[in-house]
Amino acid sequence: MSTDPTQSLDELIASWRDWMERRDALSTADIDELESHLRDRVDALAGAGLADDEAFLIGVKRLGSMDELSREYAVEHSGRLWKQLVLDDGAAEGADATGATIPVRLRANGLAVALALGVGAGVALKATELLAGPDVVFRNIAVIVLPFLAAWFAWRRRPPVATLIGVAAAFVLVGLALNLYPFDGGSSTVTVAMQDSATAVLATIGSVVALWLVTGIVDAGGAWRSDRTRMDFIRFSGEWLVYYVLIAIVGGALSGLTVAVFASIQVDVMPFVGEWVLPCGAAGAVLVAAWLVGAKQRVIENIAPVLTKVFTPLFTLMMLALVVAAVLQWNLVDGSRELLIAFDLVLVVAVGLLVYAVSAREPALPPGWFDRLQVVMLAAALVVDVIVLAAMLARTGEFGFSANKTASLGLNLILLANLAWAAWLQVGFVRRRVPFGRVERWQTGYLPVYLGWAAILVFLFPPVFGFA
Amino acid sequence: MRIGKDLVAAAATPVVLGILAEGESYGYAILQRITALSGGELEWSDGMLYPLLHRLERLGHVDSEWRQEPGGRPRKHYRLSAQGAATLADQRRQWTVIGSVLDQVWPGGPDDRQPRIALGLG
Repeated sequence: MSTDPTQSLDELIASWRDWMERRDALSTADIDELESHLRDRVDALAGAGLADDEAFLIGVKRLGSMDELSREYAVEHSGRLWKQLVLDDGAAEGADATGATIPVRLRANGLAVALALGVGAGVALKATELLAGPDVVFRNIAVIVLPFLAAWFAWRRRPPVATLIGVAAAFVLVGLALNLYPFDGGSSTVTVAMQDSATAVLATIGSVVALWLVTGIVDAGGAWRSDRTRMDFIRFSGEWLVYYVLIAIVGGALSGLTVAVFASIQVDVMPFVGEWVLPCGAAGAVLVAAWLVGAKQRVIENIAPVLTKVFTPLFTLMMLALVVAAVLQWNLVDGSRELLIAFDLVLVVAVGLLVYAVSAREPALPPGWFDRLQVVMLAAALVVDVIVLAAMLARTGEFGFSANKTASLGLNLILLANLAWAAWLQVGFVRRRVPFGRVERWQTGYLPVYLGWAAILVFLFPPVFGFA
Repeated sequence: MRIGKDLVAAAATPVVLGILAEGESYGYAILQRITALSGGELEWSDGMLYPLLHRLERLGHVDSEWRQEPGGRPRKHYRLSAQGAATLADQRRQWTVIGSVLDQVWPGGPDDRQPRIALGLG
């Protein structure tokens, strides 16, 4: 083992420091202390006649194995590993690709910008409600809140202007469609969702999905054709959802506590909490969750893939049980209209489990038990869905093609196509005929299909089904 | 002869506290002192000293301070605290007991060791 003799001792120590700083258990002060030790050792060895680089190698060797050392530090400073997750955002400025594209100064005050945008989203939501009424807010929820998320991404990623114009145009188009189409019902009612016509609800759902994906284009910095940025956005979405749910749970609990405490002193804060805190908080949390995902990217292991690992076996068991039950009873065929929607959700979960497992998988690893388990899950989901689809299609005449039914049928077919080809690729991968990259590319390549279907829900469904 | 890992771990705390009782010091100098005292037989990898020092600091046995000597590089100096001195005294009593027990179990000095026991020790 030898080092480049042209490197000076300072350069050697700088690269050694670089390497040490990747260890979470070691703080900068710890590394300073070890460096001071290393330099003392090198001086002593150099004094005994060794060249600097030789003395450096011996000094590093005598410090001991880095793994053992950082384990020893982790034992002593176990609290530090945890605290970093919460407090030390400096640790997030790692040496990997995303860190390199984002200047440090943007991270340092990122929270302030995220909070400002979060407040903006809350204010926009409330202002729309006061000016136009709650039903307008409900239908336009994506158009009102997601621009602030897009602004956050734009601020962080600095995409080209053309991208921003394109995304803004998409927001405007969706906004126009949602508000200019003459939907039946829904106006001048306070209880919102139930009063809207089916096409309005579908258009709302479509707008959320479509604009979320469009917002992803800003996150990709305009490079939306790249598999890598698409996969990054998928990862972002999963983490964002986890954080959002956590914030929602804690926020709900805190609100309940607030109401209860004030009620005990005979002050009714329910209206204030219900009309101001919850809506504004829900809108602002979109931005806070997005900030959290960015800030914690390299500090915490992604949560979505962990949940995937936990739930894939359970979900597979559920699907197998369902196959057995369906075969024994043969009553899926007599299922109600809601069956198709329920199966859309089942397929969404199956795709989600697959995608997040893919997103966290090291592509170079050979196929293992988890990949085989996924084959079983995919096969079971496909079998059940084909049974359901066949039954429903056979009875189309009875149910007719309502907007809801067509939408869920379309979604079902889209997901079925995805899963069928994904299952084929997965079998190939497990048999080592297909490289893992193709499994990954299939999922990232499928994103535009979802975008397309969501756009159809927003733009085509209302006129086709007469706004009913 | 190499001293076993467990024994090194057990001896590390009293040895380091004992060296600091001689006066404040820093990591590299402490290791040099241990090597000198043990004739090089009590050794562990250099880095491992620092987590130990941090643990002693957390427990309040030592205080630390970054200081730069004139013309030197900054070093983190460790000093025995009053509590550390008490701990050292306590540890010293424990080791004395163990030492005296071992002395009685292994009669005779190292020079006229009995063959049976020498065998037993490998």
